Amino acid sequence: MRAKKVRGSGPWQRFRRDRWAMVGLGILIAEVLLVLLLPPLMGLEPNATDRVAGFWAPPSWEHWLGTDDVGRDVFARLVYGGRISLLVGFSAAAISVAVGVPLGLLAGYRRGACEFWIMRLADVFQSFPTTVLVLCLVALVGASVWNIVVVIGLLGWTSIARLVYGNTLSVREQEYILAVRALGGSTATILRRNVLPNAVSPVWAALAQRVGRAILSESSLSFLGVGIRTPQASWGNIVQYATNVTVFAERPWIWVPPSICIVVTVFALQFVGDGLRDAMDPKYVSSTGVEESPVFCRETPEELLSVLEEDAEA
Amino acid sequence: MTVIPVFFGITLLVFIFLSIAPGTIADLMGEGGNAISSDQAALEERLGLNDPLPVRYLEWLGNLFHGDLGLSWQTGRPVAESIAQRVGPSLILTGTGVALAILLAIPLGTLAAWKPRSIWNKLASVCSMVSFGVPGFLLSLVLVYIFSLTLGLLPASRMYTTGSSGSFGDLLYHLALPAAVICISNLGELVKQTRAACLETIGEDYIRTAWAKGLKGRVVLVRHVFRGSLTPILTTVLTHIPHIIGGSVVVERLFGWPGMGSLMFTAILSRDYAMVMGVTVVIALTVFSTNLLLDLVYGLVDPRVRQGRGGV
Repeated sequence: MRAKKVRGSGPWQRFRRDRWAMVGLGILIAEVLLVLLLPPLMGLEPNATDRVAGFWAPPSWEHWLGTDDVGRDVFARLVYGGRISLLVGFSAAAISVAVGVPLGLLAGYRRGACEFWIMRLADVFQSFPTTVLVLCLVALVGASVWNIVVVIGLLGWTSIARLVYGNTLSVREQEYILAVRALGGSTATILRRNVLPNAVSPVWAALAQRVGRAILSESSLSFLGVGIRTPQASWGNIVQYATNVTVFAERPWIWVPPSICIVVTVFALQFVGDGLRDAMDPKYVSSTGVEESPVFCRETPEELLSVLEEDAEA
Repeated sequence: MTVIPVFFGITLLVFIFLSIAPGTIADLMGEGGNAISSDQAALEERLGLNDPLPVRYLEWLGNLFHGDLGLSWQTGRPVAESIAQRVGPSLILTGTGVALAILLAIPLGTLAAWKPRSIWNKLASVCSMVSFGVPGFLLSLVLVYIFSLTLGLLPASRMYTTGSSGSFGDLLYHLALPAAVICISNLGELVKQTRAACLETIGEDYIRTAWAKGLKGRVVLVRHVFRGSLTPILTTVLTHIPHIIGGSVVVERLFGWPGMGSLMFTAILSRDYAMVMGVTVVIALTVFSTNLLLDLVYGLVDPRVRQGRGGV
């Protein structure tokens, strides 16, 4: 994607002008700071049981959100749960990008058999409900934090790969690529220096979206009791207390705050994602909402064969 | 026909996942402490766990084509029988939810594209935000809190009142909340895609032509914009359906709905691989048939496809 210089404004200037995106970014930065700084500042202990307050204590000055079934401070667990949930979200999204970008580049640039297998694999992954696959895999490999990160991350590669693939297809036909090739640039150099920077701009927006999706997946898993399990805390498994009818009906201070955290975080990520999309792609006109994201065209085997034959001849 | 490799791909993928996973049902039973190792070995032998992976997959595939999904490792009853019991409730729940979502999303998405500065566009954005940002379990909790706990209007679990004869009214009564959750969780995607499709159509030259001919706004909207956007809208709806099944796992678990989602969930937890594969086949078949339906519907909607000129 060619970055047109519009009145000397770069992506960051455009991003900064988007009020909602800035609000989202602010919320995310605040959250990261809070979950990192609150425990040492307030001396929060997520696994310490308070024998004096007992279990299921209502909110008090000492325990802002009361205590849970074994007398642990719910507020401390909320903060530590935030660490886990944010960690899972960002790491899983990073894995999706680390897998999706190279595969998309490869499929788009090399075409041929490479393209066929990668995109068919993406078809398989994408047509099957991700929730079920994640559930299967996590239940099978065991629910440690890193297992969950890897599973959610690996299953999120398709949307990223599609984006990069579509962009690479158009970038590889540009004349400057031909020029570099004529100058004797190797494929690896072309991919790294010329194709990647031009094909990667929509990935930033997709990345923000993937972080949100990963946080949702993790919290759903933890809520179902197959994700992060106690004694480790995550926002999802604090909400899980709500499956107990008494807690659900009479102690909303336990499950409402983590729910709000999940929703606010995901909303903030959506704002940031939309802001990034508008900022990275000057052609995108947000008032009409027409998205110019490339769509993977469904080719029939015949069309694909003819493409392959042309490639073989060339 | 790209859907046939996709079908095999899905089943093979899940089969491989299940095979490489550490721990089998034999181990799980051994954990109880009352199985001796020779029993465990015998069980593994009987379930065919000692054969190499390709052999097992081909054997399973062969049985599948005879309509035999095998016996549940957990209950010993035929998998097909258990699935048959669950398909109906699942169809009722997801069908109602999706139908509601489509009925709301198509007018909303079209109007949002038609009048970008109206309240409809704002409403469409809010819908997308809520449905992408609020996970299904939270939606369920909130709705149950409002309608069951506070207002006491609607039941929060099961399909029929216990001990009742199971009348249609009772079913609807129990269906309301879970179907609403499924509807809201899928509304966003459908609204977003409908709006995008309509926006693209509005930019086409023939819409300008229609205006220039002096057609009324309503006619342009319904006959030209909506008709022209129908193909991408249908694509979205149909390709989205398998994912709705996936999303219903949480809802079925929470509301105690006896559908495929909760069947899959318990099967995975108890490592009942025969059952997991059975449900996988049903999902793969759904993917397969929605794709097939898509090809057929294209022909109905788009005259160019019907006459064999140009693809989609």
